Amino acid sequence: MDKPMNIMLAGFGGQGILFAGKIIANAGLIDGREISWLPSYGPEMRGGTANCSVVLSDEVIGSPLVTTPDVLIAMNLPSYERFINSVVPGGVVIADSTMVGSCTMRRDIEYFAIPATALAEKNEIQGLANVICIGKLLALTGFSSEDVVKQAIDKSVSAKHQDLAEANKRALQIGEAWATSEC
Amino acid sequence: MAEKVLMKGNEALAEAAVRAGCKLFFGYPITPQTEVAAYMSKRLPKVEGGVYLQAESEVAAINMVYGASASGARVMTSSSSPGVSLKQEGISYLIGSDLPALIVNIQRGGPGLGGIQPSQADYWQATRAVGHGDGHIIVLAPSTVQEMADLVALAFELGDKYRMPAMILADGLLGQMMEPVVLPDVLDSAALPDKPWALTGHQGQRRHQTINSLHLDAQELENSIIRRFERYETVRLVEQRAECYLTDDADVVVVAYGAASRVVRSAVNHARDEGLKVGLIRPITLWPFPTQAIDLQIEKSQAFLAVEFSMGQMVDDVRLVVNGRRPVSFFAHTGGIVPTPEEVVVAIRRVIAGEQIDIVPFKSKLTGDRA
Repeated sequence: MDKPMNIMLAGFGGQGILFAGKIIANAGLIDGREISWLPSYGPEMRGGTANCSVVLSDEVIGSPLVTTPDVLIAMNLPSYERFINSVVPGGVVIADSTMVGSCTMRRDIEYFAIPATALAEKNEIQGLANVICIGKLLALTGFSSEDVVKQAIDKSVSAKHQDLAEANKRALQIGEAWATSEC
Repeated sequence: MAEKVLMKGNEALAEAAVRAGCKLFFGYPITPQTEVAAYMSKRLPKVEGGVYLQAESEVAAINMVYGASASGARVMTSSSSPGVSLKQEGISYLIGSDLPALIVNIQRGGPGLGGIQPSQADYWQATRAVGHGDGHIIVLAPSTVQEMADLVALAFELGDKYRMPAMILADGLLGQMMEPVVLPDVLDSAALPDKPWALTGHQGQRRHQTINSLHLDAQELENSIIRRFERYETVRLVEQRAECYLTDDADVVVVAYGAASRVVRSAVNHARDEGLKVGLIRPITLWPFPTQAIDLQIEKSQAFLAVEFSMGQMVDDVRLVVNGRRPVSFFAHTGGIVPTPEEVVVAIRRVIAGEQIDIVPFKSKLTGDRA
């Protein structure tokens, strides 16, 4: 039985933070695990920062609010600054280094910088930096399998946007393949 | 077994209501409840005989509920704290007319417009003062998305059985979060109870009926209230529900409902890892309050701790049951702040050590004891 994984995803409204959380949650659902997904729903989601708590566990989940994440995906600087010190020692941080610095002062965590926004633009999948980060998370932690995460993408993309599922899967693979250097 | 789907609490609740035979929804949008209304606005027009109506105000919506219920229909409305305050006059009329209806409160911080983050500060309103006059409603408190769905049918069933309004008292956390849920089966409409009291037209075949909360004769009014309170006594005796978690050997039992009980469950697990004998009693019915479960625990435990997202409301009911036989401590955050399991573990450690604590977040930080 795996240890619960408490994940915090954070960034600007519009970067697809809640959607990225939904992909992880749907992967957990397909894997038959206990999951919870809790969005920020305050005024911050209307143009400011958005964040989303996702818990993957094999046991009943208590508090769905992640206050000390095992994993932080930070997609902009305000989110990095707000959450970096809450990450548990030994935790994993994935930062979109197009938006956030490529280094951290914390020495007790594993920090991975990936220029997700730049990679998305270069590959003409603008707006999918979020899913590139999920790809990196998958490669680093194996929170699920690639096949299941692809199914989760199909589940998470709304019926009228199914044409975007392929681009999402490409973003996932770009993230998985990107070799980051720890710093 | 039916398939698990990933849904928000608000949406699971709405779908469960449709499956429980509720075809009529009257409401008005307010955060963090809006997904209930939004879901119904798409879903009910596809149901035969279904009506979704966004009223001009909460006051109008609750009076539409009154009319629909009087005609015998399964009907609901939903709102969040300030909106429920607006519905209170209508809820009192429903009580006085012995009409069932489902009222959903996805609580946010108050008083006034307050905030939009999760809160449990409407406990007193729901259980003590949901409208003017002598009276009660049934109050159910889900703690998971699965229960957001499962308690809907129960609320309708109990409401019909006792001719009482029933409330689902949840909060923004439960409404907004997604979890896997197995949606309940669709209720066969033949399984809906007969309502011989309903105003359905009689075409001269029987004596006319009235549904009314006005009794100008004091004796008549007292009689009607006493009859209603006799029914309340039955509800108090047979409809209490609570979940007990790790309570058998617990030196200290934490009492918490709804979203707070999830934080406490995490805290109890942490404390158990430290070897502390602590358990959780989670009231599922808030009215009737599960006095029996707490009463049975008194012999087994040395102390109780109530944890809420309010300045201390449910703790009154805990103290009423315990009645001085054991110390009752209290820990809370309010205004939309959700306590962390770590904070609750600290409170548990102190209670286990024999302290009686009363911690509220005065002066924007935990300053410790109020007593």
